[in-house]
Amino acid sequence: MNTLSNHTDSSFGKLLYERLFKNKEGVIAFILLAVVLLLVFPLCLNTFRLNLTGKYLCYAFVAIGLVMCWGNAGILSLGQGMFFGAGGYCMAMFLKLEASDPESTAIQSTPGIPDFMDWNQVTELPWFWFPFKSFPLTIALIFILPAVLAFLLSVFYFKGRVTGVVFAILTQSMVACLWYFIVGNQGFFGGINGITDLRTLNGWDIRTESAQKTLYYVCSILLLFCILVSRYVLSTRLGRVLLAQRDKEMRVRFSGYNLTLFRIFIFCFAAVLSAIGGAMFTLQVGFMSPNLVGIQPSIDMVIFTAVGGRESLLGAVYGALAVNAAKTAFSEAYPTLWMFLYGATFIIIVLYLPKGLAGLYDDHIKKWIFKLKPKSDSGTTPPSEDLEKEVPYAK
Amino acid sequence: MPSNTDFLLAIEGLTVSFDGFKAVDDLTLYLSKGELRVIIGPNGAGKTTVLDLISGKTRATSGSIRYNNTELTTMSEHQIVRAGVGRKFQTPSIYEKLTVFENLEISYPWGRTVLGSLQFRRSEKVVERIYEVAKEIFLDDMLDEQAELLSHGQKQWLEIGMLLVQNPDLVMLDEPVAGMTAKERDATAELLRKIAKERSIVIIEHDMDFVAKIADQVTVLHLGKILKEGSMDEVRNDPEVQEVYLGH
Repeated sequence: MNTLSNHTDSSFGKLLYERLFKNKEGVIAFILLAVVLLLVFPLCLNTFRLNLTGKYLCYAFVAIGLVMCWGNAGILSLGQGMFFGAGGYCMAMFLKLEASDPESTAIQSTPGIPDFMDWNQVTELPWFWFPFKSFPLTIALIFILPAVLAFLLSVFYFKGRVTGVVFAILTQSMVACLWYFIVGNQGFFGGINGITDLRTLNGWDIRTESAQKTLYYVCSILLLFCILVSRYVLSTRLGRVLLAQRDKEMRVRFSGYNLTLFRIFIFCFAAVLSAIGGAMFTLQVGFMSPNLVGIQPSIDMVIFTAVGGRESLLGAVYGALAVNAAKTAFSEAYPTLWMFLYGATFIIIVLYLPKGLAGLYDDHIKKWIFKLKPKSDSGTTPPSEDLEKEVPYAK
Repeated sequence: MPSNTDFLLAIEGLTVSFDGFKAVDDLTLYLSKGELRVIIGPNGAGKTTVLDLISGKTRATSGSIRYNNTELTTMSEHQIVRAGVGRKFQTPSIYEKLTVFENLEISYPWGRTVLGSLQFRRSEKVVERIYEVAKEIFLDDMLDEQAELLSHGQKQWLEIGMLLVQNPDLVMLDEPVAGMTAKERDATAELLRKIAKERSIVIIEHDMDFVAKIADQVTVLHLGKILKEGSMDEVRNDPEVQEVYLGH
């Protein structure tokens, strides 16, 4: 029979532990990822490869955002590149201003403004560039701008109950608009070339090997932190409401919830995660261009998530790493074949592994491991038997 | 403007038309506090549409629905729920991926905003209430079971339980015993009679034996209009009602 303590929330420390990791298995999986990111990669990879890995990890931010809003809340966004770009451009604008001090731009007709503005006959810094003179303000904007953007772009749709495929297509058209906007405003945002030639962050040269290594660590730690925050959100009642509305929208409405606000919240949350990834991308790669925020990269990001497992935060990280690593490896070796392989991978995942790599682990590998070691601990849930019963979430 | 009444629910002149087809046509219906009302009628009579209209799922073309003298026709679903109207769907509508406990917990009427749900904690009060309801709906030893593993009848009970956790004053049930075994039906009838002590209930049902078992008042709906209102015996022996049910 039930005792009250079975279901009541425990003391603060234990509650936090349960919320962040669920059980021992969750802790092990998280520590494993932390060890891989913070020890294995830095020890095994040279600086060039490590920097590449750091770049892939930036996409992992977007992927965990998609796990939150697509996997757990059923809101498929094909426009996450937009928020990745918002974060990336914020950071790039700050770095560009720092790189455009009057001395190093003395040969320009207007010294002290970014070089591409000078080439485009812009003679003074546009007003919206001013906030990026301040580092704290830039950091704040990396969080605020994507959230405001996501809010404005989704509030009317979610109010009008636009979801599923229609919403996905709308997000895609938004990202296309943003691409044209950046390309069309060459004088303000650097056009198709993007914002290039970024050098220092508050006087610290980000192009050196040691800086890239440091940035890799910062990126990994931030990612692990974001995973924990996301875990926490999913473990609250809000997480369960989102999961519930994904499958039974009407039931949740008739339990007295205003779903519009919940959907806006999770969409904004995913947007902010993407923006953090974008900002880290700019720092590690040293430039930002519209081709990193367009339709194609936005769809790539969905593929990373699908490959990793759209319901698994850790899976999404592995998905982003695996697909990008494969992309680099194959496109170096067989450039023409890569796109076909890429497409085939996606089709195979959608058809046979709807839960991605995480599902492969949960449903097959875990069973196999427990078979080898029959003394399984009772903390883990029995493997679910509903493999075939996959519900299509994008209605 | 309709005047204030003592009724819990006062529906007056309610009409909804879908592309000219009037699914509910000038319907007037009053429900007292503490009443258990069953709405019956052949397929396509507009029974479910009436529930949709009351709960805000469908918008009325004209007419008024007043609940405790508040107009519901202009409110959104969640506002209507918060005002005290609970609704169960025709096919059991539960969250399959969550446990029975979590299913009930989502309906708990506290922390239904974004911030509230982020801060929501399972206090003893919440858990006690959920245990209490779980016991009422015969699921108290299945709280940690995944909802998708329940039998069809248990899913129906679970959804009724989700309504009870909300503690509404008006409960609306769309075919609550559909797909249940005879034994489950009897248990459900008992459950509903118990619930009805504290609140008003509107039930849509096809199963006449079940209706006879629970109903105080029966309303027969046909082609969006009320054909007959009265006790089960009166309704059963009414020639017009017989005609509608058996005539074709």
